[in-house]
Amino acid sequence: MDLLIFGTCNSILLALIATGFSLTFGISGVANFAYGAIYVCGGLFVWALISKAGFPYLASIVISIITMGLFGYALYWVFLFRLRGLVLNEVIATFSGGMAILQLLRYLGFHGYEYALPPFMEGSIEIGGVGIELQRFFMIGIGAALVLFLYFFTHHTRLGLAFRGMSQDERTAITLGIDSDKTAALALAFGSSLATVASITILPLGIIDIDRGFDALIFALAVGMVGGLESVPGVIIASFILGFSQQFVAVFFGSAYTMVVFLSAIIFVLAVKPAGILGKFKELEERV
Amino acid sequence: MTEPREGKYRKERIDRGIKARSDTVYIVSSPREIMYVLLPRVLPVIGLLALPLVLGEGYWGRVLFLCCIYALLALSWDFMASVGLISLGQAFFFGIGGYLAGAANLYLGLSPLFSIPIGALGGGAICTLLLAPVVRLRGIYFAMITLTFPLLVSRIIEATKILGGTHGLPGIAFFPNVYTAMYVAVPILIICMFVFRRIMNEDYGTVLQGIRDNDRTVMSSGINIYRYKIETIFISGVTAALAGALGTHYWRFVGLSSFSWDFTIVPLAGAILGGAGTFAGATLGIFILVPLSELLREFAGLRIVFYSLILAVCVIGLPEGIFHYLQRKYSQFERWVAV
Amino acid sequence: MGNDVLLKVEKLRRSFGGIVAVDNISFDLPKGEVLGIIGPNGSGKTTLINLITGFIKPDSGKVIYQGKNIVGKMPYQIANMGVVRSFQMVRPLYHLPAFKNLIPSLYAPRVKKLRGGKFGERDDMAIDILDDIGFERDSFVPYKLANALPHGYLKRLDLARCIALRPDLLILDELFSGMSMSEVASTLPIIERFNEQGLTIIMVEHRLRELFRVANRVIVLNFGSKIAEGAPAAVMESDEVKKAYLGTEEDGS
Repeated sequence: MDLLIFGTCNSILLALIATGFSLTFGISGVANFAYGAIYVCGGLFVWALISKAGFPYLASIVISIITMGLFGYALYWVFLFRLRGLVLNEVIATFSGGMAILQLLRYLGFHGYEYALPPFMEGSIEIGGVGIELQRFFMIGIGAALVLFLYFFTHHTRLGLAFRGMSQDERTAITLGIDSDKTAALALAFGSSLATVASITILPLGIIDIDRGFDALIFALAVGMVGGLESVPGVIIASFILGFSQQFVAVFFGSAYTMVVFLSAIIFVLAVKPAGILGKFKELEERV
Repeated sequence: MTEPREGKYRKERIDRGIKARSDTVYIVSSPREIMYVLLPRVLPVIGLLALPLVLGEGYWGRVLFLCCIYALLALSWDFMASVGLISLGQAFFFGIGGYLAGAANLYLGLSPLFSIPIGALGGGAICTLLLAPVVRLRGIYFAMITLTFPLLVSRIIEATKILGGTHGLPGIAFFPNVYTAMYVAVPILIICMFVFRRIMNEDYGTVLQGIRDNDRTVMSSGINIYRYKIETIFISGVTAALAGALGTHYWRFVGLSSFSWDFTIVPLAGAILGGAGTFAGATLGIFILVPLSELLREFAGLRIVFYSLILAVCVIGLPEGIFHYLQRKYSQFERWVAV
Repeated sequence: MGNDVLLKVEKLRRSFGGIVAVDNISFDLPKGEVLGIIGPNGSGKTTLINLITGFIKPDSGKVIYQGKNIVGKMPYQIANMGVVRSFQMVRPLYHLPAFKNLIPSLYAPRVKKLRGGKFGERDDMAIDILDDIGFERDSFVPYKLANALPHGYLKRLDLARCIALRPDLLILDELFSGMSMSEVASTLPIIERFNEQGLTIIMVEHRLRELFRVANRVIVLNFGSKIAEGAPAAVMESDEVKKAYLGTEEDGS
C-alpha cells in the first residue's frame, strides 16, 4: 500500500522536475544541460531571500521564479547564442556551465543542514495507515497543474506553438515570422522558471543538496528519453513508469540501486527505441 | 580579429615561402627547409623524453605522469571525435581499464608487465562490446549514452560492493622504480601520437573523416560505416584503458574515483583547447591545462569549475583550438591586400 | 548489350503513415539499358530509389538483382554488389578536397579486391577518375575543398564517386538538377560513354529533353504508381502522362 502511495508521489516528483527540461530540450529543441544547476540555484535563491533578506515566503517564491526565468533568458545569450543548431556543442557548453556553477556553490560552502526550505504547511495526514506530509499533497497538486499547463501552453498558445515549431524545423519557423533567437531564449527562461517551481515545491521535503542538482538533470533526462522528448503525455507516462520502478527497486534492492534504474532506463531506451515511447518525429533521423 | 582597414582591403593568407617549398620532395635540398619541417616535430619529442630526467622524482615528476595519463585520454577522445563519435565518458574506459589491471594484479598476482596490457586490451574490448549496439545512433544520443556509462558502472560497483565497493582496491604493485614508470608513460604517449597521426593520414583515416562529415554518402560508397566506428571505438578504448591501467599502478590504488567526471572533462577540455582533430594539439592542451591547474592548487575545490569554464569558453569562443592557430601562424602569414 | 535482366523490381510497396509513397511498382531492367524514371514532384521517384538501394525497407515486394533478392540488405552491401546511386541533395565530404571524396569508394571492398592500393595509389586513381569526368588533372579543381566548389561541380563529383566504385548498375537521382546548360551538355556524353562501355543506368530526371537523348525506355510515376512505360516519344503522347504533369483543362475554356 505504501508502495502505491510513495510510488505516486515519486512519480509526480519526477514529472515536476521533468516538465521544465522537457519544455526547453524536448519541445523547443534547445539543449539546456545546466538544468540541475538552475534547479538548485532556484531553491538557494529563495532560501537566501528568506533567511538573509527576510522576505516573506510567498514573495520570495515569486521573486525567485521570475529571477531564475531572467537568468535563463540571459543564459541563452551568454552560452548558446553562438551555438544554435550545433546540438552537441550546446550540450557540452551548458553541461560544463552547469557543472561549474554547482561546483562553485559547493566550494562556497552551500551545503549542510541549515540550508533548508520550510514546507508550505506543516503537518501530515494519514492515508491507509501511512503518514504523508501535507507538502506532498501540494506537490501532487502543483505537479498536476504544471503538466496540464504545459500541455495547454504548447498546444494552444502562440508562444507554445512557436516553441514546437522551432524544434521541428527551424528554417520554416523563421520564415513564418518566429524570431528564432528570442524564442529560444524564452524557452530557456520558461524552462528555468519551471525548474524553480519544481525545486521550491520539492526541496521543502528535505534539504538543499548540491548533488540533487545533478540528479535532477539525470531524472529529467531519463523521463524525457523514456517518454519521448516532445510529448507531454509521454512525460506523464514516463514519470509514472520510472517513479514506480524507482520505489520498487528501493524497497526490494536497497536505495543504492535507484540511480541505476534511471541510468539503465536511459541506455535501454536509446538502444531500443531512441524516440521514446510516445516520441515520433525524431525517429526518421535516428539512423542514416 | 582586427578590424578591416578603411577602404577596400581584405585579408589574405599566403603560405610562407619556406612552407610552399618544403611541401614537395625538394625539402631535402636545403638544411634550412629540412629544419623547418623537422624542428616542430623533433624538438617536442626530445623535450618530452628529457623531461623525466629534468623533473626527477618529486612533485613535478608526478605532474608529468599525470599529464601523460590525461594526454592519452585526450588522444583517445580526439580519435573517436575524428570519426564523428563525440564521447562524454572517457572516464568509463579509464575506470574499466584501471579496474581490470588492478584486479589482474591483486587477484591473479600478475606483475604490471602483464596486468597493464590486460587492462588496456581487456578494457578496450569490454567497452567496445558495450558501445557497439549504440553506434548507429545520432551523435547527440551517443554522447548521452557515453555520459551515463561511467555513472552507471560506478553506482553498480557501489551498490553491489564487488571489486572493493566504495573502498576500492588498495595495495596494488608499483613499477620497479619511478623512472621506469616515466619511461613507460612518456614513450607510450609519443608513440600513440604518431600512430594516430599516421592512421589519419592514410586512406583509412580519410574514410573515418568521411564518416564524420557525411556518413550517408560514405555508406552508399560501399563502406560499412558501423564496422569502422566500432574499430575506432576499440582503438580509442584501448588507449584510454591503457591510461587507466598505468594510473592504477602509479597510484597503487583503483576505486570509484577512477570513474569521476575529472577523467572525462579534463581530456575533453584539453583536446578542444589544443585543437580537436590534431593529436599534437590535444597533447599540447593537456600540457597547458594540467600544470596550470596544479599551480592553482590552493583552489582545489574550484578545479572542476576551472575546467568546465575553459571547456565552455573554448566551445563557444575558440572552436579552432590553439594548435590550429599556431599551425596557421607557422606556415602562413597574413597581409592586407587591396581589393 | 545483352538481353538478360539485370534488375527486376516486383510489386514494391511502401507507405509512410497514411501516405502510400510507392504503390506496387514493378519493372524489368535489361543489362545495358538506360532507363528513365520521370514524374511530377512527390510521385515517389526518390523513395523508389531508396527502396532499391537499401536506404529504406519496403513494406512488401522484391528487388531482384543478378538473380538475388536484395531487399533487407544494408546500403553498403548493395553498393558492393554493384548498385550505386547518386543523391538528389548532394552532400559531399565538405572538409576534404575533391579527390579525397573518392577515397571511400576506392577503399570499399569491391574496389579494394580489384585494384588494391598502397599509400598514395588511391590518390592517383582518384585524380584519374576525376579527369575522366571532366575535372582536369592539371587544374586546381580536383584539389579544392569540397565546400569551396559550386553546386554543378558537386553533382559531377557525386557522379565520380559513384563511378569510382565500378558499378554494374548506376542510379542517378536528378543528376542534372542545379547544373547549368553547359555542364549538362558536357556531362551527357560522359554518361553515354559509360553506357557504351556496358554500364546499365537508371536516371531519375526532370529535365526531359536531355533525358530523352540518352534513355532507351522511360517509366512515368504519379502518386506512387506507374502510369506509363515505353519509348520516350510514345510515353509523352499518352493522355495520362500529360494529365499528370500538366493537369487537366477546366471545362468551358
